[in-house]
Amino acid sequence: MPTACSTRSPARRSAEPIAAAALAVLTAAAAMPARADGLVAYRIVDAAIPASLTGQPGDATRGRAIVANRQIGLCVLCHSGPFPELRFHSDLAPDLTGIGNRMSEGELRLRVVDASHANPQTIMPSYYRVDGLTRVTPALRGKPLLDAGQIEDVVAYLKTLKE
Amino acid sequence: MMRKAAILAAMLVTALAVPALAGEIAPQDRKSGYTGMSAENRAMQDDDTINPATLWVLDGEALWSAKAGAANQSCAGCHGDAAVSMKGVSARYPAFDDASRAPVDIEQRINLCRTRHQNATPLPPESRDLVALSAFIGRQSRGLPIATPDDPRLKPFLARGKALYTQRQGQINLSCAQCHDDNWGRNLAGNIVPQGHPNGYPLYRLEWQSVGTLQRRLRNCLTGIRAEPYAYNAPDYVALELYLRQRAAGMLVETPAVRP
Repeated sequence: MPTACSTRSPARRSAEPIAAAALAVLTAAAAMPARADGLVAYRIVDAAIPASLTGQPGDATRGRAIVANRQIGLCVLCHSGPFPELRFHSDLAPDLTGIGNRMSEGELRLRVVDASHANPQTIMPSYYRVDGLTRVTPALRGKPLLDAGQIEDVVAYLKTLKE
Repeated sequence: MMRKAAILAAMLVTALAVPALAGEIAPQDRKSGYTGMSAENRAMQDDDTINPATLWVLDGEALWSAKAGAANQSCAGCHGDAAVSMKGVSARYPAFDDASRAPVDIEQRINLCRTRHQNATPLPPESRDLVALSAFIGRQSRGLPIATPDDPRLKPFLARGKALYTQRQGQINLSCAQCHDDNWGRNLAGNIVPQGHPNGYPLYRLEWQSVGTLQRRLRNCLTGIRAEPYAYNAPDYVALELYLRQRAAGMLVETPAVRP
């Protein structure tokens, strides 16, 4: 699959020069520029987002706290995983145990950012997306489920889930 | 060639891994939320003496005979014995109201009676008296099948209800159908996803610690997917109620049910 620009990337959406965006990808340490909707731009390459949204690696400990929190990450509402402290079972989505073996960091990042990229019918919400939604409760309009730093923390944690 | 075969195999695996969209539930597969409850909760629903909603039904029974409004008229003054006159009535709601040219649910019907015949003010949405009257009237249909009217005037409203049911909404971006048609029976944080049939309303919900209407429950679902709830009595709520009732047509009324 050729390098694809996300339909939600700034190249199509804002006047941000493509050259500047490309430069930001090349200098992987730097985050891509903010888009018109306030989100950090990202680039999808081979069904993955290889570069960190913040330009920095996330914190796996913070990521675990987000994943296991029913109000913030919401992940455990549908997924089970290595969360012995949670006394309930969820099976609306695959068990997260070993997900770090099954997916690369970039694939994990794309799944969290916008799972609908791989499967438009998925019930998994797009955690880093504010467009194309209907009747979002007013206080949350324009806000993604997680911010870029939280996304990186979650990705850092999911990477550690190896069997 | 090998590569092509591998791609085909991968596509097949993907197709198998993606849960099939179940679509609408076949009539013989429909299940009341009652069937997924604990034995304790089922017992609570079945025994009037321990069903907390009985308190609302008894309040409703008293209100049925209480005179109200400038007309100084009670429900019983026109309708007589509810056990006779109200039997099967709520099982047919929402129904088309000629004057409003739209479907009304049973709580709206109660309020229309108040304004049109009792010259009384409408009871506020989810108020104790309105829910009590509705629970009492609904109790008279317990055990009867849901029978939404076969009224051609309801068709556009049914279509609207179905569109809302399948519309992805909210920050979580889920439709009613994605949970209640496609994923019922699975575990959401330890709770079994029900099929979402409205055969027990008004009902006592342990989470609420009170009796509430179907609109209140729909509001909870919308809040859960972080969507903006409709205002009480909004036409879209009634359209959704209508669709849900038709989807459950033939299922037996459990009002007042108990749910977790």
